[in-house]
Amino acid sequence: MTAALDLQPEGTRVELRTIRKSFGEHVVLHGLDLDIAPGEFVSLLGPSGCGKTTALRVLAGLETADSGAVLFGGRDVSAVPVNHRDIGMVFQSYSLFPHLRVLDNVAFGLRRRKVAGGLAKQRAGVALDLVGLADFADRFPHQLSGGQQQRVALARALVTEPRVLLLDEPLSALDAKVRVSLRDEIRQIQLRLGITTVFVTHDQEEALAVSDRVAVMGAGQIEQIGTPEDLYLRPATALVAEFVGLSSRVAGVAIGAKAIVFGQEVPLREPIADGPVEVYLRPENLLLVGPNEPGVDAVVAESSFLGSFRRTLVRTADDTLVRVQHPATDTVSVGDRLRVSLAKVPVLARPAQLVP
Amino acid sequence: MAVVSASIAPSRATRAVIGVTVGLVFAVPMVSTFLYTLRDGTGYSLVNWARVFDPANSRVLAPIWTGLTNSLVLAVVTVGLVLVLLAPTMILVNLRFPGLRRLFEFLVLLPISIPAIVLVVGLAPIYLVIGRSVGTGAWTLAFAYGITVLPFAFRSIQASIDAIDLLTLTEAARSLGASWPSVIGLVLVPNLRTGLLAASLISTAVVLGEFTIASLLNRAVLQTSLLVVSKIDTYASAIFTLLSLAFAFGLLIVIGRAGRFNTGTDRP
Repeated sequence: MTAALDLQPEGTRVELRTIRKSFGEHVVLHGLDLDIAPGEFVSLLGPSGCGKTTALRVLAGLETADSGAVLFGGRDVSAVPVNHRDIGMVFQSYSLFPHLRVLDNVAFGLRRRKVAGGLAKQRAGVALDLVGLADFADRFPHQLSGGQQQRVALARALVTEPRVLLLDEPLSALDAKVRVSLRDEIRQIQLRLGITTVFVTHDQEEALAVSDRVAVMGAGQIEQIGTPEDLYLRPATALVAEFVGLSSRVAGVAIGAKAIVFGQEVPLREPIADGPVEVYLRPENLLLVGPNEPGVDAVVAESSFLGSFRRTLVRTADDTLVRVQHPATDTVSVGDRLRVSLAKVPVLARPAQLVP
Repeated sequence: MAVVSASIAPSRATRAVIGVTVGLVFAVPMVSTFLYTLRDGTGYSLVNWARVFDPANSRVLAPIWTGLTNSLVLAVVTVGLVLVLLAPTMILVNLRFPGLRRLFEFLVLLPISIPAIVLVVGLAPIYLVIGRSVGTGAWTLAFAYGITVLPFAFRSIQASIDAIDLLTLTEAARSLGASWPSVIGLVLVPNLRTGLLAASLISTAVVLGEFTIASLLNRAVLQTSLLVVSKIDTYASAIFTLLSLAFAFGLLIVIGRAGRFNTGTDRP
């Protein structure tokens, strides 16, 4: 890209240190700690009300933490107002200024930084080019589609070469196809510019697809932070196992390094005390097998065609619902009787009484 | 959608009947007044209109010009109060204290339910103090008018605030490095201009038409001077009534146009 958008190649380290935030009696963040490496793309993933947006807003300076510190590049910016934090932010709802043309929207942040009008517009043009909307510079926001508006918002957030890019569910208002293409585009631009980025989303697929690391949040704390592979293959808690990827929770018994589920032995990923456990099974951990093979009898409750594979919800003989992923060529219909077996891959188990 | 709106919208004939009826209600007294101003004792002519604008009669008509000037000054000060006090307060309430919105709305709509004469009873002692501290100029009525226009100005501005995502626009501007004055001047005011303009014009119309408070507090404004002159020259008073009505209608038309002038939609 041109020199106008060459951000600091080293990026900025961003740290949240024991952030506590409450609204009245309701504590939203319970001593949140987060350390983001320079140039890293970290997603905050979690269900509604888990505090992920509040954490982002504290980072931005739009909310003030009750206690704790926000550090950019090792410097405490907790007391720095949002307009001096040098951030770029894209919001969930469309945030372009309706009275300004696209080019002026993008140049807005530059003008606030006293960049001369001509140069500001030139740099805004470069930023628009980056998001593929150079031809739309003279339009007004209402003349753009939702996806285009969010692209312009991204250009507007990036043009000032901020230290940190904050994305607050920027794709949630868009339709599925645009969402996927824009999310990939965001990731490509982020990699190209090397800007430290925090992305808030409740969509696990989105988070896993674009992030260097994902922080799964629950009830105001980070349950687990790790690479997408870590979270999927080695979930640390029940919430992570259930929230990241699909998991069916079934009853079993742990004996040594194995668990007995549906009368079959499966290896355990981590050792656990012998006794009743709840085992988390991914759809790909389960197989459809012939009638005489080891496994458990089941009845098809629903089945979805997903292109190259099908995902089928079955009710086993002991009345447990589990999801099975199988080739789309194995056609099944609701009510079909079939047999389900476990693949011999390590599974996550938790003591039964501790699972909520 | 189109089917629903077609079924609930009045038919063309119904609209015509409503339009003509409302038009007559307004037109009959105005046309009658206009015809009255044309009477010259023997027939109809423009002699009364000529006399009003004849410099030779300036002494008789002086109260009207004084009243008109005072009213215009009052309108400017009142609009200033609306723009400098009410609008920023509304922005603050909507951004920072959304929980207070209902209470605030109740308070600013209150003046509409208080008769002017009751308001004056409360205002009279306050105006004694105002008279001693800042003087007895007619412009001081703007403090009272600032209260009477609250409900009208509030509704106009609130409609504009509700039409935009005030919080997101503000936070977006702040995140881009804008100071609070920049947020208000460069982002909020341009997007609220329809409401601010409507609030200003409707406040002007209310101020120009106000009689009770000015009369009871003994200040000379357009309406009180029209009454004074009508006792000397009924034609002049009728002519100025017509002119002020025309002015108010003109303002209402501008407000109507402003309402349709949505952000950006009229531009390529």
